[in-house]
Amino acid sequence: MAKSIDISDVNIYYGDFLAVEGVNMTIRAGAVTAFIGPSGCGKSTFLRSLNRMHEVIPGARVEGKIVVDGQDLYDPGVDPVAVRRQVGMVFQRPNPFPTMSIYDNVLAGLKLNAGKMKKSAADEVVERSLRGANLWNEVKDRLNKPGMGLSGGQQQRLCIARAIAVEPQVLLMDEPCSALDPISTSAIEDLIHELKNDFTIVIVTHNMQQAARVSDDTGFFNLKATGEPGHLVEFNPTKKMFANPDDPATEAYISGRFG
Amino acid sequence: MPPPNDEVTAVTAPTAETEDVSANWASARAGVGDRIFAGTALAAGLTILAALAGVFIFLAVKGASGFTKPTEVYGPHAESFLGYVVPLLVGTFTASVIALIIAVPLSFGIALVISHYAPRWIAAPVAYVIDLLAAVPSVVYGLWGAFFLAKQLVPLHVWLHETLGPIPLVGELFGEPNPAGRSVLTAGIVLAIMILPIITAITREVFSRTPRLHEEAALALGATRWEMVRMTVFPYARSGMVSAVMLGLGRALGETMAVTMVLSVGFDLSWNIIATSSPTSIAANIALKYKERSADLLNVLVATGLVLFLMTFLVNFLARWIVGRSERRMAR
Repeated sequence: MAKSIDISDVNIYYGDFLAVEGVNMTIRAGAVTAFIGPSGCGKSTFLRSLNRMHEVIPGARVEGKIVVDGQDLYDPGVDPVAVRRQVGMVFQRPNPFPTMSIYDNVLAGLKLNAGKMKKSAADEVVERSLRGANLWNEVKDRLNKPGMGLSGGQQQRLCIARAIAVEPQVLLMDEPCSALDPISTSAIEDLIHELKNDFTIVIVTHNMQQAARVSDDTGFFNLKATGEPGHLVEFNPTKKMFANPDDPATEAYISGRFG
Repeated sequence: MPPPNDEVTAVTAPTAETEDVSANWASARAGVGDRIFAGTALAAGLTILAALAGVFIFLAVKGASGFTKPTEVYGPHAESFLGYVVPLLVGTFTASVIALIIAVPLSFGIALVISHYAPRWIAAPVAYVIDLLAAVPSVVYGLWGAFFLAKQLVPLHVWLHETLGPIPLVGELFGEPNPAGRSVLTAGIVLAIMILPIITAITREVFSRTPRLHEEAALALGATRWEMVRMTVFPYARSGMVSAVMLGLGRALGETMAVTMVLSVGFDLSWNIIATSSPTSIAANIALKYKERSADLLNVLVATGLVLFLMTFLVNFLARWIVGRSERRMAR
């Protein structure tokens, strides 16, 4: 189920503005890859290009190759809707569907894919996904209550359950803990550790410790200068990145001496 | 009123003697502006309620005697108030329902195109043109409907009668067609065009307010554009959509000129929406009869106005209740 992602010569534009330039990397299957870097360096933009969510913004486009499971996601014959069914995403702020119950939220993606399904099969998916997101015990008695009634951390885990219910090959997380308290953050981090057995996980984070705790590989993005495009400075195993980075800029950023 | 200013100066300009004076917890600034605003808002709210109550009282007082006049006042086509008002009510509602059936899907479609589908360089001018439609006076729509549209719709009338007429039940709606095309159907179509802008403008606004976060949640799950609209835009906008339809319905129910000018008025109660003559609407009837009124007939006209007022209220409450019920079920 988990698949690796090969990225070569990716340039990302907003209209005429080049936001991210010349990214090459290989994201390993069944591992956690973290992107770190200062605000505005393009790491979220790059993450959103991995499931073709970038182009949702008018005028936005991507050049280059992003290959998952032998298929270039930006091949003209590829439907972005199909890509997003294979590459799931969790957002910065929890965004369960406000008019849906917890149960329906989990099934939302599946209903798009499979249409009608048997009640027993649906129940099974809901339980498996919620267990997978470490939320089952907290919500099993109120599955028909609205998802918005949960706490922020629970809502975020509900969004993770919703994303993994469709069994994607890759799971993207865009600063999934930035709106959460430390306890909820810790719950999500534990969850990421468990999920990497089944999914390739890519996470953007502003929290250096979080990158060090959860990831196997780390990519450091930076801007050459204000107004210049963002680029990938260094991509290495997390252990090496935090102990002995290749690039002095990476070391400066990680140790807090940024600039 | 702001409190006396002594403490304020003491706090802002402390001297050796006043140093241990505690902070001024009563804000000198708060109050005035807030109170003026709260007062204005309250006054506005009360004014609208008072106006509504005033209209109701006027209709009730002036119209009360209209319910029980001697038979000849209701003549020549009716004998009692009920006999007088029921055809008018049917006329009002058939024209309005036809207008809604045509205008609502069209408006929602246009609003969606403008807010979610069309590129901005098309969406902005289209939105502007739709808003302009609302500025056209209803007399102009009436003229256009009576002297142009009606003729163009004659073939449609014939076609409807020939194709749908023989079908049982549905056929009742499409009896003998009006040779000039000046039927309830035509009036309904003109009304539809008139209420289109208001429904479109409001729904466009609520559609475009859908939080981006919800839309992206749906897209990221692999929803197509239409699935995204169904999962996030419609649920979010539902209340606004109902408001828009209600405002459109209100305008259709109360419209006089377009109906007066387009419809060839009759008094026979029938379901035939393409008939040679059909009962007019309450509002159009008041406009028609107002000039030639006797004091008695005026009471009757006001009474029909009261009936329309109450019916509109009822429909509004019903719609709100239906929407509120599903939302309450979710909130439980």
